[in-house]
Amino acid sequence: MTEVTYADTWRRPPQIVKRRAWRWGLAVGAVIYLMLALGTIDIDWQRVVVGLERGQRFVAGFLQPDFVSRWDDIAQGLIESLTMTLTSTVVGILISVPIGIGAARNLTPPPVYLVCRGIIAVSRSLQEIIIAIFLVAMFGFGPFAGFLTLSFATIGFLAKLLADDIEEIDERQAEAIAATGASWWQLINYAIQPQVMPRLIGLSLYRLDINFRESSVIGIVGAGGIGATLNTAIDRYEYDSAGAILLLIIVIVMLSEYASGYVRKFLQ
Amino acid sequence: MSEMTHYREVWAPRPPRTRLMVWFAWLLLVALFVYCWQVMTENTIWAFVSDAPRQAMDIGSRMVPPRWGYLPELLEPLWDTLNIATLGTLGGIVMAVPVAFLAARNTTPSARFLRPVALFIIVASRSINSLIWALLLVAIIGPGLLAGIVAIALRSIGFVGKLLYEAIEEIDTKQVEAVSATGASSVQVLNYAIVPQIVPTFIAIGVFRWDINIRESTILGLVGAGGIGLKLQSSINVLAWPQVTMILLLILGTVVVSEWVSAKLRRAVI
Amino acid sequence: MLQIDSLSKTYRTGDKALTDISLSVPKGQIVGLIGPSGAGKSTLIRCINRLVEPTEGRILLGDSDLARLGKRPLRRQRRRIGMIFQEYALVERLTVMENVLSGRLGYVPFWRSCLRRFEPHDVRRAYALLDRVGLLQHADKRADALSGGQRQRVGIARALAQEPELLLVDEPTASLDPKTSRQIMRLLTEICAERKLPAIVNIHDVPLACQFVQRVVGLSAGKVVFDGDPSTLDETALSTIYGADDWHAMQQESRDDDEAESALRLVGVGT
Repeated sequence: MTEVTYADTWRRPPQIVKRRAWRWGLAVGAVIYLMLALGTIDIDWQRVVVGLERGQRFVAGFLQPDFVSRWDDIAQGLIESLTMTLTSTVVGILISVPIGIGAARNLTPPPVYLVCRGIIAVSRSLQEIIIAIFLVAMFGFGPFAGFLTLSFATIGFLAKLLADDIEEIDERQAEAIAATGASWWQLINYAIQPQVMPRLIGLSLYRLDINFRESSVIGIVGAGGIGATLNTAIDRYEYDSAGAILLLIIVIVMLSEYASGYVRKFLQ
Repeated sequence: MSEMTHYREVWAPRPPRTRLMVWFAWLLLVALFVYCWQVMTENTIWAFVSDAPRQAMDIGSRMVPPRWGYLPELLEPLWDTLNIATLGTLGGIVMAVPVAFLAARNTTPSARFLRPVALFIIVASRSINSLIWALLLVAIIGPGLLAGIVAIALRSIGFVGKLLYEAIEEIDTKQVEAVSATGASSVQVLNYAIVPQIVPTFIAIGVFRWDINIRESTILGLVGAGGIGLKLQSSINVLAWPQVTMILLLILGTVVVSEWVSAKLRRAVI
Repeated sequence: MLQIDSLSKTYRTGDKALTDISLSVPKGQIVGLIGPSGAGKSTLIRCINRLVEPTEGRILLGDSDLARLGKRPLRRQRRRIGMIFQEYALVERLTVMENVLSGRLGYVPFWRSCLRRFEPHDVRRAYALLDRVGLLQHADKRADALSGGQRQRVGIARALAQEPELLLVDEPTASLDPKTSRQIMRLLTEICAERKLPAIVNIHDVPLACQFVQRVVGLSAGKVVFDGDPSTLDETALSTIYGADDWHAMQQESRDDDEAESALRLVGVGT
């Protein structure tokens, strides 16, 4: 019997990119890209130094927010944001449900499917802010344009997820209902709705949350809400008011997240 | 069939009390909606609204055809936009990783003090849109790419941090137990038992966020933070609608490509 | 070698998992720990290397009391105790070799483990162990690419890489088929015999335990109710451990298993 000798070195075999040349190529490519990309940033150091002082003032403003001196503007902005959020979410859901059903391959004929998927694709690929620019140009400044923007964005989000959900349902349940001789509407009501309802509610609450966060942005291009107030505060270098607004946004988002978590638990 | 008679003929899916509650909740929602609608449209000038279709037609007719000759001028801003998204994502990830480990219940060194701080960082970063971060940063460090990169990075911390810390909390504790039973130190447990479990999720989250950041960085220029949004802003200001169309088409193309790339990458990892 | 003195564990909820357990395991002995689920078998094993913190009592390994060690000394002592887990507990996304080498973590500085640059004799031993458990050609595969029996062999190799003085084995066969279970138990007993290793094997399969261990300890509701040679484990003893009804049900089940296995053997598949 001979003594077996074992190797005394071991290297971890590469897991993702197996070819040596490719690994080197990728690494070198990444370094070159980083150098090129970093090269495009030209930093005006003098400006940055001035900025640091302003940054300090902003941090100070954030730590000692001023809710009082611009309270009327802030309250007005918040009310616009909140009402915009709620109405646009409700309207968005009402429109997304039929479009979502229409965009589910297993329920609708191809022409309807294509049209609905088209609407979803357009809504998803355009940024809220770009839609807001156009809607403000058409409908004038103010929360109404914001409401339309958010409703439109909601459709792309909810209808897509709803349609994907419907396409993934348990087919046997739908077959069983169809086998009883149920009509198309009865099929939706008895086989599809029970399966997708809990998630639809969850997603709607989530979208409510997103809509509030977005409502704080689209004000920048004139679509009303707290974003407009924030924009003005920053333009006037009133960092303590800006800090107050940001804190309010954070608190409301936290509250709504907590509340939607609670509601979801309650519904299940 | 006389024995059937004592069965009830009325059936309802829920007990009456619950039904009443449900109806009340719906009523409340409708009332709230109507009220919000009233408040929101208080200052709306309906003449503008009724005029909107005509406006839409007007803008629409001005937007076509797109000005194809504008394309070469857009390539450099597009490159800037891609850089903002990529460098911003990298920066965000670098900052998000420690925050995620501090925020995860099973890896945080102090659940009493550091965890709430980490969770607040995550919520703060998540609630504030990157455009607002950019607005602030342009005011602070001046217009340009740097403001855009930092804005994207700050917004990414919350997103990456939240998904990552949830992934850390969901790891298989048995593997951690097994490695610590060998007498490994806590850094070694991190290295051997925790990191291998979250790497795929981590890469997927990073790529997902990069995809989102490409979209977001296209508009940062609206507030002066560099990239193709600057061109959009200046074209809108001079009402050069054919240029706007061109920019939008380019953005659309970029988004589609980045979505395709990120889908490919994520499939390669998992 | 291992001496447990009046060990108790009370969970924060007030549930008493272990009451006043005393046990001593000499060098080279394999102890089978049996009992119904919830009797505290797992808790007992986990108290020994303090994956679960014991409430009271002493655990002496050599001359150090494990129950009273601080974080750093505990890590040093944990190196001396190899543990093999139910459902393997391998790090699924690491390679087989990394899993075996992770048994050396307590011995190497962080930079070595982080760069995967283990010392030559560690690597050589890891290869030798993989050869011993029959997985030499699988060293570079990822752990999740292996079958259940193979994974448990990696688990054994990992524990042995620590050069332990004691093995703790928690339900090694819980998720394996009867034939692989027997192979794993045979491998474990052979290895313990080769190295004069004492082992505590927590096992729910009584016939399997009797076949392989030298001493059986029966736990019931957190107390030791039987301690002796497997041959003295009779109906009455088993009834005290499991309660009369459950024991008869278990017997029936294992008879079915045996029948199924001998049937397979007749067709020539089981061997």
